[in-house]
Amino acid sequence: MNPAPASAALALGDDALLLSHRLGEWAGHAPVLEEELALANIALDLLGQARVLLSLVGDEDELAYLREERAFRNLQLVEQPRGDFAHTIARQLYFSSYQRLLYEELAQGDTAIAELASKAVKEVDYHRDHAEHWTLRLGDGTAESHQRMQQALDALWRYTGEAFEPIEGLTVNWATLRARWTDRITTVLRQATLTVPSGPQSGSWAAGGGRQGVQTEPFGRMLAEMQHLHRSHPGATW
Amino acid sequence: MVTTSPVGETPLERELREVAGSVPDPELPVLSLAEIGVLRGLRVTGPGRVEVELTPTYTGCPAIETMSADIEQALHQHGMPEVTLRTVFSPPWTTDAISADGRRKLKEFGIAPPRATRPAISGPVAVDLAIRCPHCGSTRTSLLSRFSSTACKALRRCESCLEPFDHFKELS
Repeated sequence: MNPAPASAALALGDDALLLSHRLGEWAGHAPVLEEELALANIALDLLGQARVLLSLVGDEDELAYLREERAFRNLQLVEQPRGDFAHTIARQLYFSSYQRLLYEELAQGDTAIAELASKAVKEVDYHRDHAEHWTLRLGDGTAESHQRMQQALDALWRYTGEAFEPIEGLTVNWATLRARWTDRITTVLRQATLTVPSGPQSGSWAAGGGRQGVQTEPFGRMLAEMQHLHRSHPGATW
Repeated sequence: MVTTSPVGETPLERELREVAGSVPDPELPVLSLAEIGVLRGLRVTGPGRVEVELTPTYTGCPAIETMSADIEQALHQHGMPEVTLRTVFSPPWTTDAISADGRRKLKEFGIAPPRATRPAISGPVAVDLAIRCPHCGSTRTSLLSRFSSTACKALRRCESCLEPFDHFKELS
């Protein structure tokens, strides 16, 4: 087995870590108990992936709890506030569709990332399934749920283009990945009576820099919450 | 898997594999680690030294740490002072690794066992084919949530006896 490219493990690990944290924020706040469990379970899967990926780069705890904002390499999409339930589902739809296609491709390789991807792709299948079902229910539900879901899809659209920027160390046909992603999203949104957003998928000054360590404003506050315990009480254990 | 003896296994390794394999799953204590299929290998690497390979059911499964500690303790008690645990991901665990005994015990415990899966990793996950209620045996059951008390289970309800139940969902 070949060594995994550290830059790629960091980018994918950070995506999983930060989305896991955002999903964890729903604990105690989800609309129904079943959703509370579902979101926590998805967060747990992502945390597991993050632990494996970050451990390929260095000490997982140091990387998660002691890095400064500019040293993270996640997509700006995953750090956005959880918003209302529609925002969370829209992000899950965009991200799990991307991760599912990417992991499927990475699973073909011969590095430690491939090993993780071949395991995680099956978990992400369930994440995508969950997001697609909710997209259908909210889009084809009431006038209120339809409108909120459309708003959420539109608001997060500009963070989706970044996902298809090449990641150093990964051999992936990014144009094909993007086309497959767009097809899948288009099919689901049509079925859900929603409209595929038409705005730019990047281009605002801040959208599109997460992989280079340029994060958006909510990221700092999120990091403060995520890291504060470990920084205030170094070496704390349960 | 541990149901058949690996090639070149010594009698001591076989004995230790049975000890490690009989450790109960921390979250589903009716099942042993051998029955759930997460014990991948065991090798004696020197006098009193043994190396064990475990694979997680799900990447984030928190039970893997307890499993490792429990195996270590069981092997210590069996006279092996030096136990090394390794977590392996390849080939990925699937629900097909759960033994026939394991499936029967799950059902007796009130959890609908996973159905056999197909080999491919791509394609949709089949979740709507008939799953029997573990309480009354009815096939009239419906999905309440794809995620339940742990990542590996889905929550269902029986339309005949009206009891909710966990279904160990398929992972292919």
